[in-house]
Amino acid sequence: MLRATEILQAHAYDVSGNFVGRVREMFIEPAEQANRISRLLLGRGRFQPLLAKWDQVAFVAPGTVRLAVDERLLGPFTPNEAWLAVRKDLLDQQIIDTHGRKVVRINDIALNEVRTNGNVELRVTQVDVGLPGAAGRLLHGLAPTDMVRRIQDRLPPRVIPWEFVNLIEPDALRRVKLRLTGHRLARLHPADLADIMEELSPTERESIIASLDKQTAAGVIAELDRRLQTQVVEKLAPEHAADIIQEMEPDEAAHLLARLSPETSEELLEELSREDARDVSELLRFGEGTGGWMMNTEFIFVGEDATRQEVVNWIRSREIHPDEVDTVVLIDARAIFAGVVPLGRLLLSSDDRLMRELRSEPPVSATSEMGEREIFELFDKYNLRSLTVVDEDNRPVGIITVDDVVGRMRSKL
Amino acid sequence: MNWPALTTRIRTTRERTESKPGFRGRFRVWRRRIGVFLAVLGPGIITSNVDNDAGGIATYSQAGAQFGYALLWTMLPLTLLLYIGQEMCARMGVATGKGLSDLIREEFGFRSTFFVMLAGLFVDLGNTIAEFAGVAAGASVFGVSKYIAVPIAALLVWVLVVRNSYSRVEKIFLAACVFYVTYIVSAVLAKPYWPDAVRQTLVPSFHMNTPYIVMLIGLVGTTVAPWQFFYLQAGEVEKRVARRQYKDVRMDVILGSVTSMAVVFFIIVCTAATLHIAGITNITSAGQAAMALKPLAGRWAAGLFAFGLLNASLFSASVLPLSTAHVICEGLGFEAGLDQKVSEAPIFYGLYTGLIVIGAGIILIPKAPLFKILLLSQVANGVWLPFVLIFILLLINRKDLMGDLTNGPVFNFLAWTTSLAMIVVTLVWIYLSIAQPGASPGILLLPH
Repeated sequence: MLRATEILQAHAYDVSGNFVGRVREMFIEPAEQANRISRLLLGRGRFQPLLAKWDQVAFVAPGTVRLAVDERLLGPFTPNEAWLAVRKDLLDQQIIDTHGRKVVRINDIALNEVRTNGNVELRVTQVDVGLPGAAGRLLHGLAPTDMVRRIQDRLPPRVIPWEFVNLIEPDALRRVKLRLTGHRLARLHPADLADIMEELSPTERESIIASLDKQTAAGVIAELDRRLQTQVVEKLAPEHAADIIQEMEPDEAAHLLARLSPETSEELLEELSREDARDVSELLRFGEGTGGWMMNTEFIFVGEDATRQEVVNWIRSREIHPDEVDTVVLIDARAIFAGVVPLGRLLLSSDDRLMRELRSEPPVSATSEMGEREIFELFDKYNLRSLTVVDEDNRPVGIITVDDVVGRMRSKL
Repeated sequence: MNWPALTTRIRTTRERTESKPGFRGRFRVWRRRIGVFLAVLGPGIITSNVDNDAGGIATYSQAGAQFGYALLWTMLPLTLLLYIGQEMCARMGVATGKGLSDLIREEFGFRSTFFVMLAGLFVDLGNTIAEFAGVAAGASVFGVSKYIAVPIAALLVWVLVVRNSYSRVEKIFLAACVFYVTYIVSAVLAKPYWPDAVRQTLVPSFHMNTPYIVMLIGLVGTTVAPWQFFYLQAGEVEKRVARRQYKDVRMDVILGSVTSMAVVFFIIVCTAATLHIAGITNITSAGQAAMALKPLAGRWAAGLFAFGLLNASLFSASVLPLSTAHVICEGLGFEAGLDQKVSEAPIFYGLYTGLIVIGAGIILIPKAPLFKILLLSQVANGVWLPFVLIFILLLINRKDLMGDLTNGPVFNFLAWTTSLAMIVVTLVWIYLSIAQPGASPGILLLPH
């Protein structure tokens, strides 16, 4: 195994043993192969630097590079944005470890030598984010390589395999050129991704949101803390922001819009579809900390005289998000709130039971004007997992789930 | 409610809050402005208050006692210098959203960062020792032995921070900084000869004798301590101040540096009008320094002074080791933060605990060469400062990092001139510290 620091500054010789220059930089071409060092930049003092391609390298050892060709066959160097520079873009920079779910800083890069006919290819295997890399950076050039390596071997390693490394490139154009996508990030839980975002700088946060698909971005934004939430959304183009908001739950979207400046939220509402705008604006009516503010308007309600069989079939026949099935709200013939059936009861009962028989007693509900303190007390008193919110005519308009309550209570701690 | 109605609602709210003419409308606009300002207020003011720590109070008291009003002319340039340094860091924090050590690491590589951090560690250890020396001195006024007070203080600080209750206590510390007002009142009650004080403030004078120069450099070193740049920038990053709020940040920094220097001004005037007049030109104990508060507090002066000193020491002792551990770990890429477990961030907790244990421990050694250690830490502080300033200047002029928030030519000129002046001043200081170690200030409150 080699380390990037051992090769940067290495002396390079051509096939006849003439000194060509020192390795100033190494490039990866993600478009060709994501882990191959494809070019070495050889600096020669005041002369123009040269580029050696991977198939022109014959031998690599710490401090020494031998080329398989004559110096005259090397090309001149022109900067290329589509190349990833090991020293400039990787060393000392922050990356996201998608496996460990955190932001880390690269100390060094581990390279593997792959020998093919007559030349040596360098492949990036993992990045070093621990003490061995730090010691190497500190001691490199001051102590002989063997000694540095012996010290490094004694230190506890901390490495991240290259396939879990997610680079953070603030420049959107360059991100495309480097073929950086957010698909690895999208596999993280939105809450983890939100934690990661909080450790980054504003431009880096923007770049992450830009690289995610709409659904994931919506989930992440909903999980961010308030201050970050508004900052991130206000930086987005209105159309993009509206696309993301459209993916959110109505209550999340309403909370977000209420926190934005009036100018921005007005602009965003204009971008939303009529239906979404209506849902969200209904929620925006309620003051912060009331039942109406906390509730989600997407919930399942059925007639109290339906049988269990009918309800289950109806739920199956629709594209309903599993989270919404946690509670089924019952209404009577006049659409008045008539109680709730928790998921457990629905699951365990026989097909022919009426929904009315399955409801939990007593039927508890909150009004949309009710203060959060009262709502917390209801949850605590009746050990609720969800609470139906009704309007002045006692018709269900939304549902508050226990996660809304926990989130709200935590923000008060 | 439907869609057009909603837009109307938002529009009317906005009109209500913003554009209604007349007094109430303007009042609302002002209230909103003040609200926004209060939201970003903090890092500058806190940093400045933490900066007026035990070593600071000692140095300022000594400056007034020894030289009367003769050093007051440094107040205006020092305020400018403090503002320039702090403003650059606050601006960098807002523009990049990254800490100073992160930026140094990303732009100058591992090795530079390592040495800057190593130097910072030693300097901050020296400062931490000074904080516990302040605790010892404050406790001695109440007749409490340092062998009891310092371990309790160290434990208190450690538990406070690790249990994550610091943010609540911070407000108490900050509120207790009202203590500095006593110096203002006391200064007025002491009836200083104001015409002389004002003249000496506005007209620079220079005396070519060693104690004067050493005290001058001591004043610069204590007011513009390098660690506060890291601390302030981290504060701005943590507050997540948006770029458009930058004007408010600048107000915060101005407010912080001006109030901080006003406190220094009044401590000097106060001690000059009390101790210097009385012929006490060399403060050797906290009890003597407390005499400055006699005009206000009478026989309670010693207690009041000790209270203020204890508060200042504990405040800084809670902030300094923690921020040092943070800065170092972030710069070098180790896990950091109180939300991590000890096993996840061993270096962070090790550094933090080590700073407190060693800082407090050295005070407890019966015959420790406190004098030499503090002297060394002050020299290190001075050596470190120009390097940090140069890193700041190199970073802040990078367009790719700062965008349109780079330094303007006037600011650059002032900043580079002051940095070079600091280097010269520091070299003179180091020379004098080595040549005449007995003359250095800032070590006056050490209990004997």
